[in-house]
Amino acid sequence: MSGLTYETVARFAQQGGTVFFGLMFFCGLIYALWPRHKQAFQRLAQLPLEDDEAPHV
Amino acid sequence: MTQAIARRDEAPLDAVALYTFTGLAAFAALLATAFTKDPSFRFHGYVMLTAFIVAFLALTAALGSNRLRSDQTRYADGVIRAGVIATMFWAIAGLAAGALIASQLSWPRIFYFPDAPWLNFGRLRPLHTSAVIFAFGGNALIATSFYVVQRTCRARLAGGVWPWFVFWGYQLFIVLAATGYMAGITQSREYAEPEWYVDIWLTIVWVAYLLVFLGTIWKRKEPHIYVANWFYLAFIVTIAILHLINNAAVPVGLLEAKSYSAFSGVQDALVQWWYGHNAVGFFLTAGFLGMMYYFVPKRVDRPVYSYRLSIVHFWSLIFIYIWAGPHHLHYTALPQWAQTLGMTFSIMLWMPSWGGMINGLMTLSGAWDKLRTDPVVRMMVVAIAFYGMATFEGPLMSIRAVNALSHYTDWTIGHVHSGALGWVGFISFGAIYCMVPWLWKKDRLYSNQLVEWHFWIATTGILLYIAAMWVSGIMEGLMWREYTPQGYLANAFVETVAAKHIENVIRTVGGLMYLSGAVIMAYNLWRTVRLPGVVSTTSSPAAPPMPALAAAE
Amino acid sequence: MWKAHAKFERHSFVLLIGIILVVSIGGLVEISPLFYLESTIEKVDGVRPYTPLEQAGRDIYVREGCYGCHSQMIRPLRDEVERYGHYSLAAESMYDHPFQWGSKRTGPDLARVGGKYSDSWHVQHLTDPRSVVPESNMPPYKFLAETDLDYRAIEQRLATLKVVGVPYSKAEITNAKADLETQVDAFAGEKSGLKTRYGTKVQQRDYDGDPQRLTEMDALIAYLQVLGTMVDFRTYKAEDPRNLR
Repeated sequence: MSGLTYETVARFAQQGGTVFFGLMFFCGLIYALWPRHKQAFQRLAQLPLEDDEAPHV
Repeated sequence: MTQAIARRDEAPLDAVALYTFTGLAAFAALLATAFTKDPSFRFHGYVMLTAFIVAFLALTAALGSNRLRSDQTRYADGVIRAGVIATMFWAIAGLAAGALIASQLSWPRIFYFPDAPWLNFGRLRPLHTSAVIFAFGGNALIATSFYVVQRTCRARLAGGVWPWFVFWGYQLFIVLAATGYMAGITQSREYAEPEWYVDIWLTIVWVAYLLVFLGTIWKRKEPHIYVANWFYLAFIVTIAILHLINNAAVPVGLLEAKSYSAFSGVQDALVQWWYGHNAVGFFLTAGFLGMMYYFVPKRVDRPVYSYRLSIVHFWSLIFIYIWAGPHHLHYTALPQWAQTLGMTFSIMLWMPSWGGMINGLMTLSGAWDKLRTDPVVRMMVVAIAFYGMATFEGPLMSIRAVNALSHYTDWTIGHVHSGALGWVGFISFGAIYCMVPWLWKKDRLYSNQLVEWHFWIATTGILLYIAAMWVSGIMEGLMWREYTPQGYLANAFVETVAAKHIENVIRTVGGLMYLSGAVIMAYNLWRTVRLPGVVSTTSSPAAPPMPALAAAE
Repeated sequence: MWKAHAKFERHSFVLLIGIILVVSIGGLVEISPLFYLESTIEKVDGVRPYTPLEQAGRDIYVREGCYGCHSQMIRPLRDEVERYGHYSLAAESMYDHPFQWGSKRTGPDLARVGGKYSDSWHVQHLTDPRSVVPESNMPPYKFLAETDLDYRAIEQRLATLKVVGVPYSKAEITNAKADLETQVDAFAGEKSGLKTRYGTKVQQRDYDGDPQRLTEMDALIAYLQVLGTMVDFRTYKAEDPRNLR
């Protein structure tokens, strides 16, 4: 039968997984904290406060 | 007939498409009802046939009088008004069902009827959970998402008349699910009980919902997509994936109601709890966070506390949530590595959950006085507090040693109700209290005093409910594992049932209080709608309070 | 103008695809190994597909939503093993479509209820739970004894179960109706086709105390009485490395 055992899966999940997901998280963090994005985010945060009674056509 | 109408220039294409679809659906329902040998399936065939014929006739009338054109200079608010009404209707129905089954557990000699199997606990329990989660919660999510996506994209809903299909199609799904449970048509998969053909119908409705939502985003006049829409989109897409995989089943026949799950035993268990936990994560959390990210800033008139935090916690939340399912299967026959994985991610989940809570609460910084002056704000803030509490309790309960005690007990029931009544219920009520005056063009609610009453009665109800369930859950967990000095089990199972009677009664009282709060709210909203309209700043007259199908737009 | 618009549209697609990718990882990594790892399900003797009558009973168990109050999963904790019996094995529910492990014990676990009570106790208890257990808050199931079992589609049901992986043989499917009727016939004898197909351990008798009728009560009790009885735990070695998961 196939050689896929618990140990193989565990090694993959424990080593590769931690590093990979850690990196992904830091990429997200860097994106969110990048100074140049600040302006866009401030603009976005105002969005719900300035909506009008009718769509912009 | 369809083609004849299509040729008329004024009939919009989207309406003709829906008209044709409804006609075909009615025909298919007719054939299925006529040829099936299965009484359960025939019963649902009649329900569908009736629904499709009514829809077809309504569309015929609407097309004939040319009322289905959509005015791109106005938001499509008729379908949202209908959604608000449906939300309140199902809230009261679902909470009443809950109060009934709580009474059955408290006073079985009074509330069971030997000759009415459709009123047994086993059939009403999924009715209660589906009515509250999918009917009340789902309608609240659909209505608010339609409201938010239009306002934050500055564009009318896409799809012309199809948002109405989403609305009515979803109500049909609810009716099929609810009548099915009472008639014994169920897959007995928690929170995914409807049978295969109801699942297919929901898939059709859900795809239409996704397309309407995405289409509106594509039409947007804003360069960016506001974070609330991210949460709504994650909710819609992930629920679609979960629904399709968890409901994979083979029907006994094309005209038979019964189906058998494609998976079995341990695999089936993990697929189900992967679904079940993420129904919590994406239906009851992500969707309602979307609601929070619009209505809390809007109501307190301040931008969200940290937009950066919202991005980080969005991606972490949806990434981590999806792993947490196996904590529902601690100490079961599920392999231990999967249990450990589920537990690890459940504990990690605490962080992004509290990121959302902090972001919601801190949006009030500088406006804390509104807690005192505006009961609607208070309701939403308490909702966020309950969210924080439930998302702290959840990771705690996912630790194997704690779970050994809490699993199978009322503690779990208390936990889900602090989330459902506290978080989901209150944030939805808050959003609806905000939306009703805006949608019906009133300058205020009928009575802030009644909102105060609603708030305090419902909050007391929640506290009674969850306190009773903590006590009874921990008590029964300890009684099950209690030994006599001689080394025998101290309690027969039924002794733990008898011991919980008082807590069951307190739970019933708490539930009834929460229900009364919702009834007060419905009354308040009804009076708000009947208030004289504001002298409108725009030239358009105030919309009628009870729109008929698509007519009020 | 259109170009700028197209970029935004792509943007929402990027968001959509990002969400799908991110939520898929967990499910794929966690769920798919269960289908491929050999160690997911133990190797044990005795677990067989349900007989047609037991399966019909199971369908009633599913229909009535019994999982809302009864688990079928005994955890390897001292008190549970002493209260209910040997902890549940994955193999014992490998033919269960859907699984009914449950998540709540408003009533006791049923994974090993088979053989613990007599048929007549079950009839009495299901008909009026409080006449047997005064403190119980279980609903009454009197109507099961009054409703004839609808087994017109039992062959189809077994055939469908075969499609999803239950190893029913061709003979078992074609004889489903006869096997179902044989199982409630106390006088069918040891040589009945039912026993040659499903083994000599199959319990064959009238379950609901009314030999004149084949009711839903017959089917449900047949199912309850087989629950947890298939594996012979005298031959199961929990410490065997192949059974460690």
